[in-house]
Amino acid sequence: MPPLDIACISILLLLSVVALSPLLSRRERLLIPTAFSLAALASFAAVLAGFLTIQQGLNSAATIPLGLPGLPFNIRLDPLAGFFLIVIGLLAGYVSIYSIGYLRAYPGRRPVTPLVLFYLLFLAGMLMVVLADDAYFFLLSWELMAAASYFLVMYEDEKAENRRAAYIYLLVAHVGAIAILLSFGLMAGLGSGFDRFDGYTFDAMRTARLAPGWAAAAFFLAFFGFSAKAGVIPLHVWLPEAHPVAPSNVSALMSGVMLKTSIYGMVRVAFDLLRDFPWWWGGIVLAFGLLSAVLGVLYALMQHDLKRLLAYHSVENIGIILMGLGLAMIFTSFHFPALAALALVAALYHTLNHALFKGLLFMGAGAVIHATRERNMEEMGGLIHKLPWTAALFLVGCVSISGLPPFNGFVSEWLTFQAFLLSPALPHPLLRLLVPLGAALLALTGALAAACFVKAFGVTFLGTWRGHRKASQIHEVGISMRLGMTLAAVSCLGLGVLPTYVIGWMDIIPERLFGGQIAASAGRFGWMWLTPYSYERASYSGPVVFGGILAVVAITYLLLHVRGTAIRRAPLWDCGFERITPRMQYTATAFAMPLRRVFGFLFAIREQVEIVSPQNHPVMADRFNYRLRIRDRFWNWLYTPLADGAFIVARLVGKLQQGRIQVYLLYSFVTLIVLLVFLG
Amino acid sequence: MSNSLVVQLNLLLAALILLTSFALLVQRRMFAILHIFAWQGFFLGLSTAIIGYATGVHHLYLSSLLTLGMKVLLLPYILYKLIHKLRIHREIESMINTPTTMMIGIALVIFCYHLTAPIRELSTLMTRSTLALALATVMLGLLMMVTRRHAVSQIMGFLAMENGLFFAATSATYGMPMVVELGVALDLLIAAFIFGIFFFHINTTFDSLDVDQMAKLKEGD
Amino acid sequence: MTVHPFAIELLQLLILIGLSPAFAGWVKVVKCRLQGRSAPGILQPYRDIRRLFIKDVVLAENASWIFRFTPYLAFGVTVLAGGIIPLVSVDLPLAATADIIALVMLFAIIRFFTALAGMDIGTAFGGMGASREMMISSLAEPAMLMAVFTVSLASSSTSLTQMVTTMGQGQFMIRPSLAFALIAFIMIALAETGRIPVDNPATHLELTMIHEAMILEYSGRYLALIEWAGMMKLMLFFSLGIAAFCPWGIAANGDLLALALGVAFFVLKLMLGGVIMVLIETGMAKMRIFRVSEYLGSAFLLATLGMMAFFILE
Repeated sequence: MPPLDIACISILLLLSVVALSPLLSRRERLLIPTAFSLAALASFAAVLAGFLTIQQGLNSAATIPLGLPGLPFNIRLDPLAGFFLIVIGLLAGYVSIYSIGYLRAYPGRRPVTPLVLFYLLFLAGMLMVVLADDAYFFLLSWELMAAASYFLVMYEDEKAENRRAAYIYLLVAHVGAIAILLSFGLMAGLGSGFDRFDGYTFDAMRTARLAPGWAAAAFFLAFFGFSAKAGVIPLHVWLPEAHPVAPSNVSALMSGVMLKTSIYGMVRVAFDLLRDFPWWWGGIVLAFGLLSAVLGVLYALMQHDLKRLLAYHSVENIGIILMGLGLAMIFTSFHFPALAALALVAALYHTLNHALFKGLLFMGAGAVIHATRERNMEEMGGLIHKLPWTAALFLVGCVSISGLPPFNGFVSEWLTFQAFLLSPALPHPLLRLLVPLGAALLALTGALAAACFVKAFGVTFLGTWRGHRKASQIHEVGISMRLGMTLAAVSCLGLGVLPTYVIGWMDIIPERLFGGQIAASAGRFGWMWLTPYSYERASYSGPVVFGGILAVVAITYLLLHVRGTAIRRAPLWDCGFERITPRMQYTATAFAMPLRRVFGFLFAIREQVEIVSPQNHPVMADRFNYRLRIRDRFWNWLYTPLADGAFIVARLVGKLQQGRIQVYLLYSFVTLIVLLVFLG
Repeated sequence: MSNSLVVQLNLLLAALILLTSFALLVQRRMFAILHIFAWQGFFLGLSTAIIGYATGVHHLYLSSLLTLGMKVLLLPYILYKLIHKLRIHREIESMINTPTTMMIGIALVIFCYHLTAPIRELSTLMTRSTLALALATVMLGLLMMVTRRHAVSQIMGFLAMENGLFFAATSATYGMPMVVELGVALDLLIAAFIFGIFFFHINTTFDSLDVDQMAKLKEGD
Repeated sequence: MTVHPFAIELLQLLILIGLSPAFAGWVKVVKCRLQGRSAPGILQPYRDIRRLFIKDVVLAENASWIFRFTPYLAFGVTVLAGGIIPLVSVDLPLAATADIIALVMLFAIIRFFTALAGMDIGTAFGGMGASREMMISSLAEPAMLMAVFTVSLASSSTSLTQMVTTMGQGQFMIRPSLAFALIAFIMIALAETGRIPVDNPATHLELTMIHEAMILEYSGRYLALIEWAGMMKLMLFFSLGIAAFCPWGIAANGDLLALALGVAFFVLKLMLGGVIMVLIETGMAKMRIFRVSEYLGSAFLLATLGMMAFFILE
């Protein structure tokens, strides 16, 4: 069966489950496993479709006679779309398996059917976005995805916080969608005339040649629109609001793959539809990538809500992906196809990796919340004893996202570093000086991410339990949740240990887009050695690092256990301090304090220490009240003025409202006259 | 070969001059600033002498000697006396924190490099690539004057700026005419004396050399 | 007579594992002599390690598997890193496993898990050490990358063998870029290996500890492994510096004479490097924790100046 058919079947399967699931709405305990198993099946079908497309280098298109008369839907499956089918399908499959267990707690408490419905619609929407080959179908799918995810964020709608988050999300998503619409409008209209309809297909846009100024306008409109969805700083504000309040399986999907559809959009618009661009487009993309990465991880460090922390890390990782993308654009504009291919492969590899480890982390966070009913890390601790599986799997996610070998996050960050370090080849002297500074920022980002995940894992899983619930009430999560997480963790390891395969196989994407290849150089020394540019330049071997560490650890362990000296368990020593309580452990706030001092100027921090003492004596204190409030500066800099401006405009416009019918009629009359004067 | 060694030495000295201007920018203690300034003068003098040797422009030896005498010995000595007399061993924190100042400094260097790119294309002198660094030294001196609160460290910034100008002159055209150089040296000397007198007055009027105090001179608003 | 590359690899690992305590002892001896104290002898670290291996382990009640796994991991990763850095010869079969960037990340694994182990037992000291260590490392990383980048410009490679070969064979040149990168590297290495002025490896005051605070609760063979890994790490950072900045004398092939010469040069350079480090440590005071950001900022500045010096001047 051709891959395009498989992909269509997968979408149809999802949509038919949507149609049929209301039938089971009275028997939700049956509905959940059925619907999510089918969703997993459909997702894996999408993976298969994507895999076959890339494997065989297919490029198949079809026209579906739906939609408006004269405006049929066009779909197309090329290697780029195939790759994103894999990204979406792989994580969606794992999350669907996970959801079976995760949602088991819901029936009885609240109706699950809407969640199932919108979840499936959301999945179908994402797959359709990737398949779309015209602006019309693309935007339709885009809106389907946005609307479905809006309802998913709204799912627990009794809390004001959730409604607010969903509202902000909807607002940003729509501002973005308008920009994308305008961008497509520009490309279609300028390409084949504003009075014709057939310019709306991507094929027409590909052949259209735009004047440089208009091309830039089209690209940056699209970049703005997609950035709003991807959460690029400063358009990231919806992300830390929406991700924490959505159910965790939904957050995993939204953060893991929905953001990636915007990356897909950017690649599609830049490399496929517009093709020809000057280097400064890439420079701007790179600059926003750096900004998002560094600020994203710094904001993440300051969070103590586990899911909020992860949400800010999505901002960071989107930044890393944009770095690769920006570098690829710069290299392409100077006609270095091989270097551009390296940068693009790094970006796409990181896209896939981020989908997997962020999905894994959100699933893990979901498991923790499921077990503890708590989102605040300060109220957790010691969970590694209660949730050993979840802890180990979450740790895999932490190591991967921190970019440590031999896991997958390292490989893509390393490739991005290589792309950065190849910048001396650029003929532009200023870029040669500036681009390496970007590499330093990437290094800073990676190290801060490691710090942040030491904090996240350490405070949540290590130490002793700090919470109010009895620790004995906490139990390990069910088998399906563990299975979903395990699959994601194994994929993380696999992608980290065997990158040469993956890169050789992905190579067709840059080749189709701009004729750059790296597989020949990357895999020249076999599957063990990854040499992205040349052997003399740099090399890495995932299998040797993984096997080597494993071997030395095993040998040391065996050598030391031959004698079998006893291990005595004893209370904590802690330099002789007595009576250590869980409250004396380092908290998440305390952990981040040194970095808060160093980078404090980037945040709006309000810190208050209040001493409660009987005689107002600073030494004889009963208790200290410590309050810390950290705000995103962008709220004050950008959004508050914007909101205020909107209110002022609204008030001005409100003056038109007089409440008298004659005045309204007068408005219509004046409008009519003005139109006649100008258009007549 | 010896010529290329001379070129390499010159480049090394240029890099060291840039390094000292960064060190001036971030250093907080008064005496350390003074030492660094003296080192900068030393590197400058050495570089001038080397250029003189390499190009055969002999009056550069003289200006090298002048630099060494003025900027390594005389001016630091005067300032040292001044600091001692006014008892200002420690500098108050600068206006912007140190890492940020460094980042601005790096940005300035890149900017100067960009600025001098056309000259580099045109020039055929062996010193053409140090021009960017010379200009950067001027900029960094100015930045130091902007970021420091203390009158004495502002003077150091001013003197560093002058070093940069001198360096730029040697890099761009193998030095200014002797007369101009002598005049500038004299000016500097007089400036240093005038500053000294001014510091005394500022110090007795405000009991401090923090230039923020001078905001008090503003008419009431 | 030539030696098989795998034998060289083995030799390197033996040198690393076997000589690193002696190197730590050497540093201690030089330091004591310089400060007018009587020294414990160069072999003292061996005796310490032996004593720790013999002793029983006392494990905190709430320590999890992470706490027990970390020492093995730290040891394993350090040994692996030792197989990658060319110490005595460039002809290593494992050299291509990681370039210098990947190598830095290998050390990051150790740090990550040591910090987790510090948080595992749930004491304030452990958390404090972990927090500070992660702050220092995250500020050191960009500077490290910049230094690495500057060095890699000269040889247009980040692969260590390539760097060594280019540096060792190239004609001697005064390179301001490399000088700056070297100073930056030394500053970062002091921070990364937990020496003065950033951390104090010999402190007895808990509040000034960073690395020691994380491993307070370790005992017995666990402590022995961590200490040993720490000594190897110190030696490896020196080897990294030697390989990147003054690789002269390293064996280019498996020739027996060249190899012997390589070993001799390596030991000589290590001893000299130890003396330099002791001079720095003795001449400086430990700085306040919040001055570290300025210290590492200066290291970053130096490395960046090196990079710019390369592009502008060379």
